[in-house]
Amino acid sequence: MKLFLNLSYRYKIPLWGSLLILVTALAVSISFMINDYRQLENDLTVESEKLGYSLKSNLFTAMLHDDIWRAFEIITEASHRASSNRVLVENMLLVDNAGRVVVSTHPREAPMLAELDKLSPEFAKIAAQIKQYPDQPSRTIYVSDSKHYYSLTRIEKDNASLGTLIIVHSKEVFLPLFAESALHGLSAGALILAILLPFNWYWGRRMALPLVQLAERMAQLGKKWPDDLDPHLYGYRDELGRLYEAYNLLLNDLKTKDALEIRMVQSERLAALGQLAAGIAHEINNPLSGMLTAIDTLKHHTDLDPRTTKTIALIERGLTQIKDTVAALLVEAKMNSRNLMPQDIEDVLTLIAPMGSKKALHIAWHNSLTDEVALPATFVRQIMINLLINAIKAASQQGEVACDIGIEDGQLDISISNNGKMLSPEQISHLFEPFSSMSEGGHGLGLWVTYQIVQQLGGHIAVKREFNDHMNFTVEIPLGA
Amino acid sequence: MKTILRLFAILSILLAANGAFAAAQTLRFGITPAMARNQYALLEDWRDYLARQLDRKVEFVFCDSYLDSLDLMKQQKLDFAWLSAPAYLESMQQTDLLATPVYQGKTYDHAYLIVPSTDKSTRSLLNLKGKIFAYVDSASNTGYLASRDQLQLAKQDPDQFFRKTFFTHDHLKAIAAVAIGLADGGTVSGFVWDTLTLSRQDITGETRIVAKSGPYGFPPVVARHTLNKNDFAQMQNALLNMSKNKEGIALLRRINLDGFTSADSRLYHGVYQMMKRAGEL
Repeated sequence: MKLFLNLSYRYKIPLWGSLLILVTALAVSISFMINDYRQLENDLTVESEKLGYSLKSNLFTAMLHDDIWRAFEIITEASHRASSNRVLVENMLLVDNAGRVVVSTHPREAPMLAELDKLSPEFAKIAAQIKQYPDQPSRTIYVSDSKHYYSLTRIEKDNASLGTLIIVHSKEVFLPLFAESALHGLSAGALILAILLPFNWYWGRRMALPLVQLAERMAQLGKKWPDDLDPHLYGYRDELGRLYEAYNLLLNDLKTKDALEIRMVQSERLAALGQLAAGIAHEINNPLSGMLTAIDTLKHHTDLDPRTTKTIALIERGLTQIKDTVAALLVEAKMNSRNLMPQDIEDVLTLIAPMGSKKALHIAWHNSLTDEVALPATFVRQIMINLLINAIKAASQQGEVACDIGIEDGQLDISISNNGKMLSPEQISHLFEPFSSMSEGGHGLGLWVTYQIVQQLGGHIAVKREFNDHMNFTVEIPLGA
Repeated sequence: MKTILRLFAILSILLAANGAFAAAQTLRFGITPAMARNQYALLEDWRDYLARQLDRKVEFVFCDSYLDSLDLMKQQKLDFAWLSAPAYLESMQQTDLLATPVYQGKTYDHAYLIVPSTDKSTRSLLNLKGKIFAYVDSASNTGYLASRDQLQLAKQDPDQFFRKTFFTHDHLKAIAAVAIGLADGGTVSGFVWDTLTLSRQDITGETRIVAKSGPYGFPPVVARHTLNKNDFAQMQNALLNMSKNKEGIALLRRINLDGFTSADSRLYHGVYQMMKRAGEL
């Protein structure tokens, strides 16, 4: 039982349903069969008594004239005729009022003038019944544990009774007739089952499957993000539908929270990196400035031999490269700059257009700025150029790059997307780190710088894969930063 | 009153003439239990044969008993009938002997005393004392009179000898009554029993012949005494000539007879004496 109760709803609901249907069909069939049996018994009783009644008058005349042969012919013919119908006549006896056989269809078993009560114990019972109820015109007697039932008809006319006709029926006729009607009952039951069982199975599974899927998904929680529920599996607003909805809400919340956590960890890491980089840059910049000044002073000495001059130039180029790199790491957004004008955006397009045309790209440009914006033009331009150069590099030949810029809810929104190679979630999580191993070509500082600038402007940068297999970078910078 | 009587007489004559005229149209032949009556197709063929031979319409009338056929004859509703010997002897005033069947070369029939084949012990009629006995017809010789005569000769009261007796009004039915055990014994025509054996041995096989008695004059075909001589002669010729043509012979074979012959009433003297002893004449 426990094993059954532990079964999946996928099986349990259809099985329970099937069991109930089976029990119901069986109960209905059995009640039909019992009813049929009673009806059959009643029918046979009526038919038998009708048979007796139809012979009554002719037998009266034959008995009155002591025409034994005539009586014999009447009952023999009737028993043959009746036996071809539903009632099976095994024997017919005509007994007189003294309880002696006048004639029977089976003279060897019930010979003429034999005492009825001495023929057999069963006939003795019948004889007793005849004596007990002398005035009953007709009656059917079912003797228990007997293979026969008996129909009695009094042979009388105008209150004068000459004897009784006993029709002995075989109960054997019951079984085939009952089997026939039972078969009807059972086939009706089978038909009901044939219709209901598949329906029940379908309906049960239909009920169970959403629950099963929900249970499976819930079990996955904590291990990995479960697959989405099939939205077509259950589209109704009942308890199950609401459970679905609640699950989806819960899952969404969990996912949002998770994403938030990841982003926070990421930005904290980037912030720490930024601080570290800035610290190192400052520490390097001070001696570097001294060294560059010293080199510069040294260059102004004219008595330097060519070897020394070459070496100084070498050192100076190296120090300048260090300075450039440190300068690139150390993003200072606090420098004064004029405000952004719509024309600045168009300038950016002019700058990157030649690069795009080399790859025969389609650049979808949408600039909705109409007025001056209170943001430093230099930085916004740098952000856009960095992102667009990346997008053009990543886009496939004859691919597509889209740029959308506008102001909404007091912030500048920049959206730059491209088709082409997609970034994996792993790549995305390390995208904005300096010298990222993920960056292909370049030193990998472009996005770092961009990130730093956006951070310093108090904005937010995000990247995601769009449904149409475009990588999309979005930047939001609050105005007045 | 006289005129009324005269009118009545004239009317009677007219009616009689009318009756005679009708009789001239159709000859009516009464079929009684004397023959095996179960072959209806045979009877139809025989009727059609006679009609062709006589160039007259012939009608076969089934009679339940010999006495019925006698009644019909008295009422002039029958012209001929195949009677039992006692019935003929009783009605000699109203009938004329037309023809007597020839069976196995003779004009005699026998009475068979039969019992169910399960009864192995009965050796004679006297063994059946206190039993149930089937007769054919009270006007039958082989199916009634012959057995009663034997009992009388054996100093037994035929009315008390058996526990119960009943009539089947047909030799075939009497055989059936014994075969199924309704009666412990019965007496029937040997001719009918033999004929039935040819087609229904399953029935006669259920019976055992205990004794044969006879010979008795074969049940005759008689004509109504009032029948005109021409009709009488025509029918007599038709019957006697049956054994002389192919079709007739084929019919006779089916009836299980050799033919018909003209016999006189002396043939029935034995039966007559039995009837005398029984006090029926």
